[in-house]
Amino acid sequence: MKAFEYATPSTLDEATAQLASSWGETEVLAGGTDLVTALKQEITSPKRVVSLKNISALKGIKASANSVNVGAMTTLAELAADKAIKEHFPSLVTAVHNIGSQQIISVGTVGGDLCQRPRCWYFRNGYGILAKQGDASLVPDGDNRYHAIFGNDGPAKFVSASSLGPALIALGASIKVAGPKRKTRTVPAGEFFRAPKADNERETVLLPNEIVTDIQIPIRGLKNATYEVRHRFGLDWPYVAAAVAFQNKGGTVSDVRVVLGHVAPAPWASSGAAKALDGAKVDDVSAAKAGQAATQGAKPLSGNGYKVQMVRTAVKRAILAAAGAA
Amino acid sequence: MAKVDWPAADKRSLIGKHISRTDGPVKATGAAKYSYDINRPGMLWAKVVTSPHAHAEVVSIDTTAAAAIPGVEAVWHDETLKEVVYVGHIVAAVAARTEEIAQEAIRQVKVQYKVLPHQVVDNNPSLAAGNPAERKAGNVEEALSKADVVVSGEYGIPVITHCCLEAHGEVNEVKGDEMLVWPSTQAVSGYGNQNLAQGGGVAQNKIRVDCQHMGGGFGSKFNFELAPGAKPIAAILSKKTGKPVKLMLDRDLELAIAGNRPSAFAKIKVGASKDGTVTAFDAETWSTGGQGGAFNSGIMPYPLTKVPNVRIIGKRIITNRGGQRAWRAPNHPQACLLTMSALADTAAQLKMDELEFFLHNAALTDRPEVYREELRIAADMLGYKAKAHLRGDPKAGAGPVKRGIGIAIHTWGGLGHNSECDVTISGDGSVEAKIGTQDLGVGTRTCIAQVVGETLGLSLDGVKVEIGKNSPYPPSNGSGGSTTIGGISVSSRKAATDALNALLAVVAPKMGVAADALEAAEGKIRQIEKPHVAMSWNEACALLGKEQITKRGVNVPAESRTAKLIDANVGGVQMADVSVDIETGVVTLNEMVAVQDCGLIVNMKLCESQVYGALIMGVAYGLYEECIYDAKTGRMVNADMEFYRLAGLKDVGKLKVHLMTGPAYESRGIIGIGEPPAISPGAALSNAVANACGVRVPNLPLTPDRVIAALQKGGIA
Ligand SMILES: Cc1cc2nc3c(=O)[nH]c(=O)nc-3n(C[C@H](O)[C@H](O)[C@H](O)COP(=O)(O)OP(=O)(O)OC[C@H]3O[C@@H](n4cnc5c(N)ncnc54)[C@H](O)[C@@H]3O)c2cc1C
Repeated sequence: MKAFEYATPSTLDEATAQLASSWGETEVLAGGTDLVTALKQEITSPKRVVSLKNISALKGIKASANSVNVGAMTTLAELAADKAIKEHFPSLVTAVHNIGSQQIISVGTVGGDLCQRPRCWYFRNGYGILAKQGDASLVPDGDNRYHAIFGNDGPAKFVSASSLGPALIALGASIKVAGPKRKTRTVPAGEFFRAPKADNERETVLLPNEIVTDIQIPIRGLKNATYEVRHRFGLDWPYVAAAVAFQNKGGTVSDVRVVLGHVAPAPWASSGAAKALDGAKVDDVSAAKAGQAATQGAKPLSGNGYKVQMVRTAVKRAILAAAGAA
Repeated sequence: MAKVDWPAADKRSLIGKHISRTDGPVKATGAAKYSYDINRPGMLWAKVVTSPHAHAEVVSIDTTAAAAIPGVEAVWHDETLKEVVYVGHIVAAVAARTEEIAQEAIRQVKVQYKVLPHQVVDNNPSLAAGNPAERKAGNVEEALSKADVVVSGEYGIPVITHCCLEAHGEVNEVKGDEMLVWPSTQAVSGYGNQNLAQGGGVAQNKIRVDCQHMGGGFGSKFNFELAPGAKPIAAILSKKTGKPVKLMLDRDLELAIAGNRPSAFAKIKVGASKDGTVTAFDAETWSTGGQGGAFNSGIMPYPLTKVPNVRIIGKRIITNRGGQRAWRAPNHPQACLLTMSALADTAAQLKMDELEFFLHNAALTDRPEVYREELRIAADMLGYKAKAHLRGDPKAGAGPVKRGIGIAIHTWGGLGHNSECDVTISGDGSVEAKIGTQDLGVGTRTCIAQVVGETLGLSLDGVKVEIGKNSPYPPSNGSGGSTTIGGISVSSRKAATDALNALLAVVAPKMGVAADALEAAEGKIRQIEKPHVAMSWNEACALLGKEQITKRGVNVPAESRTAKLIDANVGGVQMADVSVDIETGVVTLNEMVAVQDCGLIVNMKLCESQVYGALIMGVAYGLYEECIYDAKTGRMVNADMEFYRLAGLKDVGKLKVHLMTGPAYESRGIIGIGEPPAISPGAALSNAVANACGVRVPNLPLTPDRVIAALQKGGIA
């Protein structure tokens, strides 16, 4: 870790004013569970770290009849324990609990989960977000067992790490962002993530001097669930995750969203799976069909073909879990 | 006269009992000091500069910029080093007033490299170098051609690392002609070797080692070398600066360079007759241990020493990876996984129950009756009969989750090592035992107190145990090969017995009987025939006045073995019960049982703890652990605790341990336990997964990706 200046603003205005307009000069600090690791690994060495911990406007969960609003500095544990979240969005609760570490969920925040950097081991070993040695990506011929099987034809081959991302996209959430001079904007969760094309780009649409302030999740009576393929019970990453949300009225399903995690540089919305399920009655057969549809277009690399089978299963099980969670 | 022989079962007051470790409270409260906790006045922090290349010539090293940083007190580089052979190879080091300054300084050491080609791949036998080792018995080709069934398979177990919770390192303080050193080590008496003395510029007998607690070694911490072959850097820096220096590896380097267990891959053919008897075993193996030694496959078929027709060809692949070091039962876990997999596949091919198969082939081991007894006990503990099924049987489960059982057996030596102990009895009744041994967290301190207490008829609190220092404490060997318990038990027993006899000689005239008629028991010296005629321990010792009795006990392994104080060679059986989700490839351990003999058990609880610990370590390497190297960059890409996965508590399932007791086992004397139970877990798990899902997952660890690949190959998923 290199030395840096540490700022603890107490308002959003002060915070955004302290952020630079190019990546890497400054970094935002929330719970620090990812950023501190990144600082130690020296994959970022900012001149200034701007902590959000004193900005009270970023904390807390507010529920109304139509939506739940979650402040970016809400901890993952607070999110999963919230009454409204538990009632309406079990997919988020599962996603949090699956992280498997009380320490991480007690300290890690919702904003931090969405903005955390990928765990690609080439990235974490200093080869940049595009995992390049010279001009070429190390991933295709390297050890890519944990890399992307979808959306991997561009320069980015890593997988998005966020567990909340897929669930929030499936639920139709939107993410509110504040920039300098009180400029704010609202980004649909489905448009928040993106695959960087150059080494100096990041994995979200955030500008370097923008801060996620809160997340708005509409209450629409959607059945929803997350299913993750995990090997260990303790702190770990899923191999593959699937979040689903759908209306289930009168025995048939509509308004289906299926979003995969850990398969692409951004959460991967599978319109094929959604279409396969749309209009059906949820049972083993229709769920399996949707699972199969979710694998369409997968382009595994040399070492991650197994993820296709996991996608098939995760989608099927997420759908069955959502339908069961009446 | 008190005798050295171990007391009979009905006479034991401490030996063999369930006793908690005496240093539990200081560990639980954090009062126990490890190397990292040692802070000396004026101490400097050291950090190492390591090679970013897997193979390169070192062209030049410029340390001027680093040395010029305020707070940097010394920069050292290895002048003899011309070539680096793995990523992480240490080339230089700095000592500075703070850890942060040291960290900044190592960035400023400019090393110029000429990059050379590297090779880190180990799973391809055509990369092997040199003449393979070969072992032959009988005529394997003929036996295979005559066998009723021949089963061939390929199996493998990757390089893993020791993953010591406490990293390698020490605090070193060269002070005048003396060196004080607080290392994390498994060899207190042997730590101060000539190289260390040279590094600090002191005489070897002026090195004072102090290691009261240490956080895991597993075979990788016998000397000061941070990585195999590394220089005594902390000593050099302390000598240079005249100040104490703390040098501990960071976690990433600990995983990448501090030592590892060689991989082992094999193509194996087993010949067997219809009744299941193994008649031929033909294996070609390959392995890497980095630049150093690799897996010795000569001990296969393991532990079936009596298979009549055998051919083992062992190849070694030299790689630009960190070097190997002894890992808990060197060679055995690999040999066990390779052999047991091939044997279980043979049983499956014969459609023979795995337990029947092992009971039958126990005849080919050195201790058939022990294995048979242990197999039956393990089967009972697991409820084998009710759960067992043949591979591929629908009994494994109708849904996606299949259940299965796997068996493995193992052996180990464990003869007590050379050890000396001083026991001192003072006039105030206090008793002190001193040994230059170490407690690796296994309970050595507690066991010494038990043996001495038992001998003197005292409780545990009546004995003060001093260990963790070299001279002037009597020398005791390093803790490797499961040799410590035998060594320290005999040396402390002998010292305590001699000291007691000296005390009895003083007490006897006062009690008006011959010393022969007295014994020490229940905190008293009493007449053997008339136990109510007694003198309290303190009264008896008071007769010494200002005198002390100090006696040295020496364990000479061969003699003690003849005297049946210690022995070697144990057998163990383990069975695993797993569930495999064939739609996700996820393996879950439900239950694992371990049955083990180790002669006379000094402390039942600590002995069981050793087995539990070994099972947990075994589940970790069976299901999760591997050093993953990237071929192009030559780096270990998972040198962290995130993708170098270990088992958590919930992952290890239900563990059950049974230790063999009774006269037949106990009359052999004490035998080491540290290593044997870590041998079978990987093999038992692998066999259980094969039994559950119907196909062999050839390579450990049994991760979902490997399971899915095997299922797809087998046409199941
Ligand atoms: C072994 C391991 C396993 C894990 N498994 C999972 C898992 O399965 N699923 C999962 O989702 N996570 C997992 N995590 C990651 C964990 O959830 C994240 O580290 C955590 O959510 C980050 O939150 P934080 O508040 O600590 O973020 P920080 O570390 O403070 O920040 C993370 C990043 O987000 C940026 N940031 C933070 N808040 C904001 C904001 N409001 N606006 C703009 N930028 C911001 C920071 O600049 C930084 O780049 C795992 C972590 C570990 C170590």
